[in-house]
Amino acid sequence: MAKSNFKIETKNIDAYYGDKKVLHGINLQMEANTVTAFIGPSGCGKSTFLRIINRMNDYIDGFRKEGEMLIDGKDIYKKKVRIEELRKQVGMVFQKPNPFPKSIYENVVYGLRIQGINKRAILDEVVEKTLKQAALWEEVKDDLKKNALSLSGGQQQRLCIARTMAVEPSIILMDEPASALDPISTAKIEELIYQLKQDYTIVIVTHNMHQAGRVSDKTAFFLMGDLVEYDDTKTIFTKPKDERTENYITGKFG
Amino acid sequence: MTNLQQELQEVKDSVLTMLKLVLHQLEKSGDAFINYDEALAEEVIASEKRVNAMELTIDKHCENIFALFNPVASDLRFVISFLKMNSDIERIGDYADGIADYVIDLKRQIDKSAIEKARLPEMFDIAYNMLDMVIVSIESDNAELPRQVFKKDRELNKINHAAADLVEKLVAENPATTQESLYLFSTIKKVERIGDHIKNIAEDWIFYLDGEVLKHKKSVKKRKD
Repeated sequence: MAKSNFKIETKNIDAYYGDKKVLHGINLQMEANTVTAFIGPSGCGKSTFLRIINRMNDYIDGFRKEGEMLIDGKDIYKKKVRIEELRKQVGMVFQKPNPFPKSIYENVVYGLRIQGINKRAILDEVVEKTLKQAALWEEVKDDLKKNALSLSGGQQQRLCIARTMAVEPSIILMDEPASALDPISTAKIEELIYQLKQDYTIVIVTHNMHQAGRVSDKTAFFLMGDLVEYDDTKTIFTKPKDERTENYITGKFG
Repeated sequence: MTNLQQELQEVKDSVLTMLKLVLHQLEKSGDAFINYDEALAEEVIASEKRVNAMELTIDKHCENIFALFNPVASDLRFVISFLKMNSDIERIGDYADGIADYVIDLKRQIDKSAIEKARLPEMFDIAYNMLDMVIVSIESDNAELPRQVFKKDRELNKINHAAADLVEKLVAENPATTQESLYLFSTIKKVERIGDHIKNIAEDWIFYLDGEVLKHKKSVKKRKD
């Protein structure tokens, strides 16, 4: 098999929940160190598609997919792929911040401890590095033993991003990461996404059109299981080619 | 119709009202200059304030739409294009006002044959026609009509180009009416500038419809393949 030049590449992905086909032949190619936004009305298939990228749908009853999902040119649905390895490579941040009811410190190193890394010096270094990357370090450095649940929503979400980064993935998937946050926290997350793309390939699902405009390089518009349009974000928001995209982003339907 | 669509429609209505007001100013300033009609010139000058006020209102309206609705795609192009048209329309009003001022300053009829030789009535007709075309195309969502505006603008440029030699001749032949000739020359320049602003409006309208940027392209390319 020829090696792909893309970080993430999908070939003809169909997806089903039982008999219901929810994605129709999705072909999408994402380059490394870019931010791609998935937009579209609820139920359009964008979250299903996002979850296919790290096999989050595997345990959903009746879920089935066809086609290839390649990361660094390798199909992640091949039998020999170990799912824990995949999850290490592809991190995920959810809509609602979900820190563990543990200290800030333990939240960040959680993934490392699972891997059997317990050396204090290594853990300390990772905690400082990732909290700095997540722009949270200055706010929490004096009290890393504090329970993560006592942080504000925005801080919790940045902690979850730090936790994701601690295991050094190369891809971070974000499912509406700022939809539960106030504008200041949202701005911090967006700023973070912008910086993170130097080191990661990021895919973000968002219902906020302007967020897609502010953070992403490419935008994919999904509608009823179809990928309607995929182009530079600048093009999508100034002169989309498909009338359905135009109607959606200008709020004329959906 | 979404709230934003309603706001955009209001901007369009205001811009059309302003365009029609300026169209009348242009027509009156031409008649006033060609036929030395002071009363008509005063009318043009009186309506100038209204045009300026409308410009400010439309500016503010567009600013609010940017801030409150964050328009994208065709909506974004709409606001950008109407905001730009707005200042061009105001400039046309300014020039019409300037021509009316000449009538008041000069206080006499310029020789009709000189005016005809300079093709000034023809220039006013062309400019009027161009502006009218722009109005009709905006009212009827037409993208072809504004392209004819570009052709007409080139005619204006041609007449303007010939004006310097012609006025030089008029002055040489009749030094006693040098001042009249200079006013005639200045008016020709103003109508030529009016043509440029009308062309800008047509370009902005096409930018909204097609997302095509026509500014600073060679005139040949302004026609669709």
